[in-house]
Amino acid sequence: METYTAMRHFADSWGLLGMTVFFVGVVLFTLRPGSKKHADAASRIPFEDDKP
Amino acid sequence: MRYGAEIAWMSLATFLALLGAGFAADAPFRAHMWVLFAVLAIGTIVLLRNVSFEPEQPVDQSAYMDGPIRYGAIATVFWAVVGLLVGVVIALQLAFPDLNLEPWFNFGRMRPLHTSAVIFAFGGNALVATSFYVVQRTCRARLFGGNLAWYVFWGYQLFIVMAATGYLLGITQSREYAEPEWYIDLFLTVVWVAYLAVFLGTILKRKEPHIYVANWFYLSFIVTIAMLHVVNNLAVPASFVGSKSYSLFSGVQDALTQWWYGHNAVGFFLTAGFLGMMYYFIPKQVNRPVYSYRLSIIHFWSLIFMYIWAGPHHLHYTALPDWAQTLGMVFSIMLWMPSWGGMINGLMTLSGAWDKLRTDPIVRMMVTAVAFYGMATFEGPMMSIKAVNSLSHYTDWTIGHVHSGALGWNGLISFGAVYFMVPRLWNRERLYSVRMVNWHFWLATLGIVIYAASMWVSGVMQGLMWREYDEQGFLVYSFAESVAAMHPYYVMRALGGALYLSGVVIMAWNIFMTIRGHQREEVPTTGTTPALQPAE
Repeated sequence: METYTAMRHFADSWGLLGMTVFFVGVVLFTLRPGSKKHADAASRIPFEDDKP
Repeated sequence: MRYGAEIAWMSLATFLALLGAGFAADAPFRAHMWVLFAVLAIGTIVLLRNVSFEPEQPVDQSAYMDGPIRYGAIATVFWAVVGLLVGVVIALQLAFPDLNLEPWFNFGRMRPLHTSAVIFAFGGNALVATSFYVVQRTCRARLFGGNLAWYVFWGYQLFIVMAATGYLLGITQSREYAEPEWYIDLFLTVVWVAYLAVFLGTILKRKEPHIYVANWFYLSFIVTIAMLHVVNNLAVPASFVGSKSYSLFSGVQDALTQWWYGHNAVGFFLTAGFLGMMYYFIPKQVNRPVYSYRLSIIHFWSLIFMYIWAGPHHLHYTALPDWAQTLGMVFSIMLWMPSWGGMINGLMTLSGAWDKLRTDPIVRMMVTAVAFYGMATFEGPMMSIKAVNSLSHYTDWTIGHVHSGALGWNGLISFGAVYFMVPRLWNRERLYSVRMVNWHFWLATLGIVIYAASMWVSGVMQGLMWREYDEQGFLVYSFAESVAAMHPYYVMRALGGALYLSGVVIMAWNIFMTIRGHQREEVPTTGTTPALQPAE
């Protein structure tokens, strides 16, 4: 198979699936129960620096 | 011994530049190498005059490395004035063609000078300086790599000077926003890898367990620009001592590579990097954490996953396959959602502190920047729709769109960041003048509005004139007639740009006086409390 065709087939099958799963996984992980506490702590990082 | 190795390397580079000038295969390359020789020779002499043989003082590893950031803040303001001034000049050249001075200062050479000066010199210095500022303060760690940060700063300035002088000499590979020729591209690659090493190294040695979201945006900007720059500039030089190269790609592949680069330069240089600024400096200036940290993470990943596919919308109705055009359009429209998610996140950070909008001109500047981000990221997806694009493409509407994003979003958020950083970097109690920030804000906003509005009218008129047929199927207007009709809008555009530039000149004075340690005597913008009267 031509390189172009092979890469193109990979891109619109496993590549696409892999990226979609990763993206959906990231969103679900971000919104998992109990994540709000960690997120609120992280959002205060800029204020925990005592030096100017 | 201070500067020993630096002087040796600089002398070697100066000698190589001299060899380049001597063996040059073409006249522009020879002239360019003389420029390089002069710049490096001056740098070497400056280093020689500052050499010191005293044993070096041990560096306090717990303190932040702010030297390159101070220089970066000054360079940001300097290049802002230069880039915007060139912008006003080329706007006037379009309105009054007699201002084209052959050969060095005609529009064709000045236009890339303007775009590179504002995007890469002004925007790039703002990004490098703020990223070094933010990464140290959110990781609570000193910059990694010692003097490597200085190499990044000076190497980047050398890249800017070489790119700018190259354009004026007529050296270009004619790829939009990537005009510098192969030898400058190679040099920038080295500087950029050093930048990545400093930034990533600082993240790796952080004392704060979590990587704050602003650093994610900065890191994605650095990594993606490295990838885009290398792929887009794959080329074979015609001579190793010449200023001409040939792209690895040809035809429609070349066009798509160019716009994959071009649009993601917008997406990752002008969006992701500046969002890093937004997520640090807005919370700091209003003294409240970001509205929703989880939304900022979703904002990050959606932007990363969608932006990279949007490039083909620059090639609607060209030889690019139709499916690729449609793909670019669909992803551009989907981008609207993460963009507005981020805008809402930035604006809502002010909830409970909206009064600062009235009392603090820096907050007003940052919030207006986010509002322009929202407007530009609505207009962009709309213009990527093929039907709209058939009217807007190749017209001034595109120019207006770009400038509402660049002047409104990138400009204002960078000015806000500079106003925030400078008093802290130089240990000043406050800025020289907060009222001058207010003047800057209104001059800039009025300038953008005049600029964008005149370009909308001009662009839509231009598009309609080009497609106007009479009942017999002939075009009603010649191209020259559409050019002549645009003259009043070109003059208005130059006026808008001049207003924006005058605001930046005020900023330059304000920053200069702040660094010098002066404070202007003025009534605070928060108003004066009326003096209490004794009860009678």
